[in-house]
Amino acid sequence: MLRLERRRQPSSFWRWAAPLAAVVLTMFLGGLLFAAMGKDPLIAIRTIFWDPLFGQYAAFSRPQLLVKAAPLILIALGLSFGFRAGIWNIGAEGQYIMGAIFGAGFALAFYPSEARWFIFPGAILFGLLGGMLWGLIPGVLKVRFGTNEILSSLMLVYVAENILAKMAIGLLKNPDGMGFPGSRNLKQYAAAHNPELAAGTGAHWGVVAAILAVAGAYVVLSRHRFGYDVRLTGQSPRAARFAGVNPGRLILICMAISGGFAGIAGYFEVAGPSGQISIDFNVGYGFTAIIVAFLGRLHPVGILLAGLLLALTYIGGEVAALTLNLPIATIQMFQGMLLFSLLMVDVLTDFRIRFGKAKVA
Amino acid sequence: MDLSAINPVLLIAALIAASTPILLAGIGELVVERAGVLNLGVEGMMITGAICGFIAAHATGSASVGFLGAAVGGAGLALIFAVLSQYLLTNQVPTGLGLTLFGLGLSSLLGQDYAGIKAPTVSKIDVPLLSDIPVLGPILFNQDPIVYLGIGMTVAVWWFLYRSRRGLILRAVGENHEAAHALGYKVRLIRVGAIVFGGACAGLGGSYLSLVRVPIWTDGITAGYGWIALAIVVFAGWRPYRLMLGAYLFGGVTVLQLNLQAANVPIPAEYLSMSPYVATILVLVLMSSGRAPGSLGRAFHAST
Repeated sequence: MLRLERRRQPSSFWRWAAPLAAVVLTMFLGGLLFAAMGKDPLIAIRTIFWDPLFGQYAAFSRPQLLVKAAPLILIALGLSFGFRAGIWNIGAEGQYIMGAIFGAGFALAFYPSEARWFIFPGAILFGLLGGMLWGLIPGVLKVRFGTNEILSSLMLVYVAENILAKMAIGLLKNPDGMGFPGSRNLKQYAAAHNPELAAGTGAHWGVVAAILAVAGAYVVLSRHRFGYDVRLTGQSPRAARFAGVNPGRLILICMAISGGFAGIAGYFEVAGPSGQISIDFNVGYGFTAIIVAFLGRLHPVGILLAGLLLALTYIGGEVAALTLNLPIATIQMFQGMLLFSLLMVDVLTDFRIRFGKAKVA
Repeated sequence: MDLSAINPVLLIAALIAASTPILLAGIGELVVERAGVLNLGVEGMMITGAICGFIAAHATGSASVGFLGAAVGGAGLALIFAVLSQYLLTNQVPTGLGLTLFGLGLSSLLGQDYAGIKAPTVSKIDVPLLSDIPVLGPILFNQDPIVYLGIGMTVAVWWFLYRSRRGLILRAVGENHEAAHALGYKVRLIRVGAIVFGGACAGLGGSYLSLVRVPIWTDGITAGYGWIALAIVVFAGWRPYRLMLGAYLFGGVTVLQLNLQAANVPIPAEYLSMSPYVATILVLVLMSSGRAPGSLGRAFHAST
């Protein structure tokens, strides 16, 4: 009989080996899935994880890695603060949308201005504010009324999606668009455009922001009083209160950080890779970022690596859709399996597997 | 704008039908949470049920087989959650989120060849004589079988939780799993049972969307209904009859906004479409009552 025995202390080896083991396990389970769908598992795995970087068309797909990783890393970093403290903001997708709407709205209000020194930073700031505002709604409701933030933040995703749809055909619609839904293309609006900084790398200002955010989050979490409060609250809310942490304030700050990061990511996306406010602007980065945060162990450096890996699965999924005729939805399932695998392997961090019956003490 | 086109009797009849998927998914989750488990994967189980039901109904041409397939599909997905949360002691919040993401992917994978196909029709039960009663007839005695199943299930769960010994044990497990364990009850087994029941109910609720309400398969057909069901369980304070009230409230807002859209009310359709979600938040803020089960969301590990 197998049984689990609690470790005296969580294993630090498994804490970092678990994500790697989870990736291997997911490849294995994914291979079974692909085999069941009548595809050669080895070729499928290679198409998803290897070809986007080193395959035949890698020159086209490689820059996409940073394009897709930047929003994932930014959003996941924001979420990691709340998740560490046991505050479950799962509505980052909505905060991402609102950031894009606020930022693009600010930039388009001044169309056709040429004052890039004012428009671009201003739009980023408005993106930050939009996401922050949307994140603070569940935060305030939780502090003031005790409303469950999981449910309210998620409901607000659907509200944001409807606002996005309305904006694309209403307030932000392109006046010169001959009646088609969607805003002006920000790529053709030099003052607001978030361009590729070096040709062929995919690196835009969002990538710069993500790298800065990783460094900033690392310093705050490991060296600043606030990071200590967050970690303490996550481990023992009661102890944190005795240490003088104001739980309400902590909730509001965490929701503001996660909302703000998602909002910035939204603006960088709408002003760069996506280009315009349209109904199908959001593609689920806000939800995938939850997986990134956990796979990265809620640690900034881990999140950086996990964000790159999940970005790879997105691109690999697109390549596999083209070359292997694999449906795009497979990748979403694959990402879900990755989270399952991680949670499963994680049992080894806190428990030892023992054989044989437990002895009666 | 033409509000006179809205018929209040038909509105209430439609409200009861519209709230059925929420009621079914909610009553399942209520039992799960009463057993002390927080499964945030309702949305994923619902949509898996929706596609499994659709495929089963399409293959056999029988809606009843479809509903059965939906329950099996939802329960199957719930079983993954049960194994992870009860035997591998994972944190229930991310596990449930993972279940939702996995279920959404799985459903669009399974459903890729079914997009746009129509489901076999489900006939309404027309109770003779009674359905001819003015007002009450169309509301109560001319609905499809799943509507009655939803109401019957709510009554049955109420009876089970408050009037049966097994229900008392289930609530004890949810309130204090250490005490229940000390009394010799099999905490894990009871919870696995509850989770699987919750999955079957969510699957059934999902298939009501794909087989009756819509009834065409489209990606993302559940559109947040699973999350609303979770919200209504909290609103209901974990009590079955209040859950019914919450489901009808939500169904009412949904049906009313659809009717207002059809009547060309001068409010943009997008703002009307978001009203059920806004209403859910408002209800959570203003009218939540009751206390969560004591062991809700905590993993149980018998140390000795």
